[in-house]
Parts: sequence; structure tokens; C-alpha cells
Amino acid sequence: MAYGGYEPAGAFGPMAGRGRGHRAIKILLAGGFGVGKTTLVGAVSEIRPLRTEELLTETSARVDSTVGVERKTTTTVAMDFGRITLREDLVLYLFGTPGQERFWFMWDELALGALGAVVLADTRRLADCFPAIDYFERRDIPFIVALNNFDGARRYDTDDVRIALDLDPGLPIVACDARSRESAKEVLISLVEHVLAIADEPVH
Amino acid sequence: MPARDDQWLDAQAGPVVRSYVFTQGRTRPGGEAFDLVSTVAANPSGVADFNSMAPEHMAVLQLTRSPTTVVDIASDVDLPLGVVRILLADLRELGLVAISAPVSTKPQQVDKSTLREVIHGLRGL
Repeated sequence: MAYGGYEPAGAFGPMAGRGRGHRAIKILLAGGFGVGKTTLVGAVSEIRPLRTEELLTETSARVDSTVGVERKTTTTVAMDFGRITLREDLVLYLFGTPGQERFWFMWDELALGALGAVVLADTRRLADCFPAIDYFERRDIPFIVALNNFDGARRYDTDDVRIALDLDPGLPIVACDARSRESAKEVLISLVEHVLAIADEPVH
Repeated sequence: MPARDDQWLDAQAGPVVRSYVFTQGRTRPGGEAFDLVSTVAANPSGVADFNSMAPEHMAVLQLTRSPTTVVDIASDVDLPLGVVRILLADLRELGLVAISAPVSTKPQQVDKSTLREVIHGLRGL
């Protein structure tokens, strides 16, 4: 079954351990459209669908002689998220941020209380990740950059990428293959280690 | 001939919310805001009044018998997140569930031992 493999054996039947963590941790995956966010989430976690409907107009301006029925128009944003049960009481949630600009309103909701973010970049379209980097820098959300190694893309030195993206020397840049479970794990571990390192820095 | 009232509801009209019927038209949850990965747990001593609750309230309440996150509930009941938030806020107001914040991630308050557990857990996957 879908939850197999991540669950502590034997607990309390099929529902046991499923997201029941009293400790939940949220990590964001950002980057341009088609950069491999969903691929990375799927490589390392169980993917679950999530429906959101966002209101575009609060009420219809039309006054009706009958009942005061509010008319609401929405846009549906289909999203998914990944869940990794690390222990029965410790669950990691991975959210891919919607790439298109019209979904920016979702970012604030997702970013609230996030442990940190992985900015996934394609070296052929490096500029696509600028908005995500700006976003996390402005909000002081810890992040790392992961370069997804697409077939046929030239491998860049991480120093070149650091210069191109104008990133601080201490900010980790890792190469990855978003399709590989091991590689996806390493990316997440790099982020959490980075958050730990920041927590250890003296307060200025 | 005057246009019929419902004729704007064609394929081009885009999605129109019916889900918010469950919330009696309310679009914002009441009370203190809660995170997507906040944990929701049913209050063991809460008494549900079936008459004043929608079936959707019951479906959501059912899922919180063991602590569950907001997003997991939304995914399980297959209702839009915004609707689930309102239903959960209702249940909280009725004293039927408690909603607790996720692990704090403010740099000053970060729980290092939890982070080490996360790293350890990821390596062990």
C-alpha cells in the first residue's frame, strides 16, 4: 500500500503513523516551471493531491430582487504535496510552490512557518529561479540552491552559479538528479544541515 | 427574451464554487489562524451535536480521531483547502478539536534536536 515502507512496523493498524506526527515540518520546493519540483517530491515521498479554490471576486455586484445570494468565482489550483514519515511522531511535508506568477498569492500561505526551502534550478534557464531566491531572501527563509542535472545540459561549476545568482558564500549549492531518491534525500539533508548551521550562528 | 439567470454558467464561465455551500457562504475561517501543517486532534471529551453539523463537519471530525495535519485532512476528504479550514475552525469553536502549531522554525527558536532527528530520519530512508 501507498504508505508502506515509511511506517513504523506493527503500530496500530493501517492508519497508524499516517501524518499523525505531533511534530510536523514543512519544506518548500521552488523554482521555475518544469524544473523538476514534482519529480523531486515524488522521488523521496508519498505524493498526495490537494485541492485549493481561491476566490477571485468576493461577491457579485448584482442586486437581485430575490434572495441575497452571493456569487463567487474562483480559480482552482490543483497542487500536491509530499509526506515523509520519519518517525511516528515526526513527519516532513514537502510543498512545491506553484511556478506561475498568477499563483504568487499561494506562496505566503505556504511559506508561513516553513523550515526552509530548496530552490531547484536548471542551468539552461537559471534566470527562472531569480523570483524564488528574491522571495526567500526578503523573508529571511533559509534556503539552498539545487542544480537539477538535466540530460544534455552543460555542467556548471557551482562557483559560476553562485556568481550568476549573486548568492552569499555560505549558501549551499548542490548538484542533484531530481529523479533519484538518494539524490533527493541528499538535497533535503543539505537544507536541514544549513538550517542547523544558521541556528548555530551567533546572533548579531 | 431575457437571458435566464443561470445561463452564464457555461463552460467558459470558469469554475464556480459550490463547495462553499458547506460553509454557508463563509470564505474565511473564524478564530486564530492556523498553518497548513498544524496538527488537529479531536477532543476526547467533546460531544458532537449531530443536528447542528453538516455531514462534512462529521467527515472532518472523524479524521481527527488520531492527530492529523490540516493538509492531510483536506487531501482525505477531497474538499478545497479553504473549505476545510473553515470547517476546522467551526469544530474548534465547538470545542470538538484542538489545533496546534507545527514545529517552530524561527531561527531563534529552532529546535536543534528535532532537526538532527530529521537528518537522521532522512539518512535512514
